[in-house]
Amino acid sequence: MNWKPALAVVALVISLPLLAQNDDNIFAQYRAMFGDDNPAELVEMQGEELWKTARGPQHASLAACDLGLGAGVVAGAYAQLPRYFKDADRVQDLEARLAYCMVKLQGFTPEEAVAKPYSEQGQPATDMEALAAWIAGQSRGVPVAVPQSHPQEKAAFELGRQLFNYRAGPYDFSCATCHSQSDKRIRLQALPNLTEAKGARNAFATWPGYRISQGAVRTMEWRVGDCVRQQRFPQLVFTSDAAIALITYMGVLAAGEPMAAPGLKR
Amino acid sequence: MASPMKIRATTTAGVTEVKALMSHPMETGRRKDADGQLVPAHYITEVTAQHNGKLVLSALWGPAVSQNPFLQFRFKGGAAGDKVVVAWKDTKGETRTDEVVLS
Amino acid sequence: MKLQRRKFLRLGAAALGGFATAAFWPLRAMASAFDAAFKAPDMNGVFKELGTTPTPSDQIQFASPDIAENGAVVPVSITSKLPKTEQIMVLVEKNPNPMAAVFMIPEGTEGFVSTRVKVGQTSNIYAVVKADGKFYSAVRETKVTLGGCGG
Repeated sequence: MNWKPALAVVALVISLPLLAQNDDNIFAQYRAMFGDDNPAELVEMQGEELWKTARGPQHASLAACDLGLGAGVVAGAYAQLPRYFKDADRVQDLEARLAYCMVKLQGFTPEEAVAKPYSEQGQPATDMEALAAWIAGQSRGVPVAVPQSHPQEKAAFELGRQLFNYRAGPYDFSCATCHSQSDKRIRLQALPNLTEAKGARNAFATWPGYRISQGAVRTMEWRVGDCVRQQRFPQLVFTSDAAIALITYMGVLAAGEPMAAPGLKR
Repeated sequence: MASPMKIRATTTAGVTEVKALMSHPMETGRRKDADGQLVPAHYITEVTAQHNGKLVLSALWGPAVSQNPFLQFRFKGGAAGDKVVVAWKDTKGETRTDEVVLS
Repeated sequence: MKLQRRKFLRLGAAALGGFATAAFWPLRAMASAFDAAFKAPDMNGVFKELGTTPTPSDQIQFASPDIAENGAVVPVSITSKLPKTEQIMVLVEKNPNPMAAVFMIPEGTEGFVSTRVKVGQTSNIYAVVKADGKFYSAVRETKVTLGGCGG
């Protein structure tokens, strides 16, 4: 059992003598000064336009896309994703569902739909980021309600739980290594405890978020993928079952929390 | 074609508060891209705001104003139907003008 | 300066008729006046260009975070209670060029602005107000954990 080295590394990093308290409080003043004026709003505007614009070989908009509440229903849709979709016979998160609609409604190839999910520094938001920002914004205040009625939904939750606790990679890290204890941080980045309701709820309800350090809106799938990168795992494939399973797991644990995305992130 | 601004203007007790969120990279000219190349400076240098044709604020900016700039200010007056127009110009000579109608 | 400002306002009101297509930007004159101040590499240089060192004043309410999570976006709010406030400036002492922004306040507009600036490293931020021809200042330090200029 390779516990000790990994724990030692984590403990050393966490105990760096910088600030004594939970850093969320230190930055509360900073975050509060932003008020309601989140730069993500600009990206939301972009997303709304993208949704309504006819694009692709079929010259169609996404207005007929079913995000789980019926064709074209965007209000409240984000709060119940990921979920099982009969037409795709798959549990899909927002991005997987958008890619599906881009293919079926607009005629893009599957490769085109997932070609560039994330923007680089200095670039405008990608289609996926903009659409995610707007669609998530249309669920503001709606309680998180990721469904667990279909067998595939339950399987996704279970897979997500296993992946969350799966230790691998050169550091022998799992998600749980950093995210299963309360009031921890890495340097000045607070680490939510995702295994308990409070941490899970706040995290799930505030992604997608405007990431100040990158000047960009990032999605939940981006966040999970970036953690996977920091764990020195192989790259998490965009819209893969693994990504969707992890998000399903976190979403179910966040049940009931009113959505507050796009949030404001470091 | 520059991206639109988000402008919110609300009048309370005879004072109109304007909040504008502008889409702009505000490059300082000191940042290096992924290939190690310096990204050229590109930032808003002038901002003006008008209420029904009267100038209510103007500003000169340097590259130290944050990316996707936010601006908030207040002026006396404003009634439903009035127009508040915000405009900017940047180092490339690009401009953007957006307006909001007070409700 | 007061005379110039009135002239500027009259000019502004007339010229801004065709706003969206106006080739003439009334800020041109102001811009060249502040050009050197924006290029000054330190606070002394900025004050030299302004022609004076501001007097500290408690009539300037200045809000900024004690510690910024990200120096690239630091919210600052300045309220001047000084009568005849005409200009509000934001200067970040340790930035390569401290002058970040100048706001011109016409009559009828409150001596208040709120914006967000880049702070490259832990630094004093100055709010400088020009009121009735004289310069005043308030200062606050903001600690920065992640440098704000693109790092």
